[in-house]
Amino acid sequence: MAAVSAAAGHQAAGRWRQSLTALQARPYLLLLPSLVFLVLFTFFPIIEVTWASLFRTAYGQHSGSFVGLDNYQRVLQDGAFRNAFFNNVFYAVGTIVPSLVIALFLALLLNDSSRFKAAIRALVFLPTLIPLVAAAALFSFIFLPGIGLLDHYLAKLGLRGFNWLGDPDIALASLSVLTVWKNAGYYMLFYLAGLQAIPSDLGEAAKLDGASAWQRLRYVTLPLLAPTTGFVAVIALINVITAVDHIVVLTKGGPNGATNLLLYYIYQNANEFYDAGKASAATVISVALLLALSLLGLKGLERGAGRDE
Amino acid sequence: MSKALARRSPAQIGSAALLCAIALVWTTPFLWMVVAAFRLESGGSRDMASLLPPLQPTLENFALAFESADFAVYYLNTLLVVGGILAVQLVTISLAGYAFARLDFAGKDVLFTLFLLQLMLVPPILIVPNLTTVVRLGIYDSLLGVMAPYLASAFGTFLMRQTFKTIPRDYEEAALLDGARWWEVLWHVLLPLARPGLVAFSIVSVAAHWNEFLWPLMVVNAPEKRTLTVGLASFAAGAEGGQEWGLLAAGTLLVALPLVVAFLAFQRQFIDSFMFSGVKG
Repeated sequence: MAAVSAAAGHQAAGRWRQSLTALQARPYLLLLPSLVFLVLFTFFPIIEVTWASLFRTAYGQHSGSFVGLDNYQRVLQDGAFRNAFFNNVFYAVGTIVPSLVIALFLALLLNDSSRFKAAIRALVFLPTLIPLVAAAALFSFIFLPGIGLLDHYLAKLGLRGFNWLGDPDIALASLSVLTVWKNAGYYMLFYLAGLQAIPSDLGEAAKLDGASAWQRLRYVTLPLLAPTTGFVAVIALINVITAVDHIVVLTKGGPNGATNLLLYYIYQNANEFYDAGKASAATVISVALLLALSLLGLKGLERGAGRDE
Repeated sequence: MSKALARRSPAQIGSAALLCAIALVWTTPFLWMVVAAFRLESGGSRDMASLLPPLQPTLENFALAFESADFAVYYLNTLLVVGGILAVQLVTISLAGYAFARLDFAGKDVLFTLFLLQLMLVPPILIVPNLTTVVRLGIYDSLLGVMAPYLASAFGTFLMRQTFKTIPRDYEEAALLDGARWWEVLWHVLLPLARPGLVAFSIVSVAAHWNEFLWPLMVVNAPEKRTLTVGLASFAAGAEGGQEWGLLAAGTLLVALPLVVAFLAFQRQFIDSFMFSGVKG
């Protein structure tokens, strides 16, 4: 540091030479603050949780005994884990596909700057900004059997007798509705950005060649939006694995495990059953799953980045 | 106007109708929240689902909400958490973004990939080991513990890297020739020009951490350290148990309101920020 400040008065050329070491260390010093936190809360935890997944710790004790892969065996044989896994698959498909379809549909219809369309864009985007907990609180009334918002108006159409969150057969589908409502407007933004990046002469050329609106969408627009879809799919995937606030507020994984998802299973094992081994093993499995699926989706992202630059 | 109307095909009118229908469905939960929050519960809750505005709006539900939960404290805690995270993040991402955008060094690609990893390994999935770390650092049950995992942001680093890259090098080279030091260049030249990126990141960061729930729920134990979302969850459970739907609506409104108002005031900026964040992410 002294060398650096001493150099301040010198000519520019001399300064460059003297501060060569400082120059070489500088990039690492600039990255250091970020790296400290990344190491503490991202990289080290992965090692830590992998290590912890090999031990079994009785509640209240500090160190456990080494049990090898026993925790993984216990997790994989746990009906609740398998249930949470398949629920998560169902929830992923049941939220990502409709969200993306609605997002794309809205983006296609809202892709110009009239005031009416700007207002609708804002309305559809609004749920993105409220906490998932707040959305869950609202939906606790919407899904309320009998007097709730949904049943109140369905009754006028002569439809009755649903128990949206209490019936194991439909509870997860009901929660999926909440998730689609919350996220579709967010994903729409990415499609809007993607559409704006497509040169308009491409569509016009296809039009001159006699392509119908559907053909232009199918053969021009959608292929050009593929990187956007890949990117949005990764975001949506991260969301379905890491956002379970509504489960905590609305169903606590019930009824009968019908809405238990991977992260909620981890949360339960850590916070309610105090089974650190199981929680750790389930975390490792989820992290591996998340990484594998994200890397798959990132291929779409790379293609997108290549197009941008 | 009439000319424009005449040019519209049935398909266009149909899609406009469909848009209105979607907008209506999407708005209904908010509409109910506002209406129910300002309505006194009339005997039984038969018509709680009504979306008609109350004839005599009342603030009673809000008064009751403030009585039954410490919303003022929750607001303060959330502001501290959100502000604290953002202040540190702006420093960490500017420095790291600058290094990745402007400097060449050994291991750059490896380090960049390591940063990339955090885009996917978002903190919520690591709640179990992160809780251990927070306990070990002695910041369990503190607001600092809530903030800690978010103080570095891979997403922000990328955003700043991309933003710096769009700034021509001429500016800083001119400043360097004038004898400015690198941090002076960063502070006086690059950061002012990178304002759009900083603003976009700030909006996305504030929105994300205002809404965060599971992590603060795990880290915070004392009621006086609850954030808005954690406070709302227990408040909502109480209101739900007591079938007090107007109260639930009022509490939810209190929690959601600040961001919604900010959004309505700075719509363009919000939309651009979220869009920008996606494209550059």
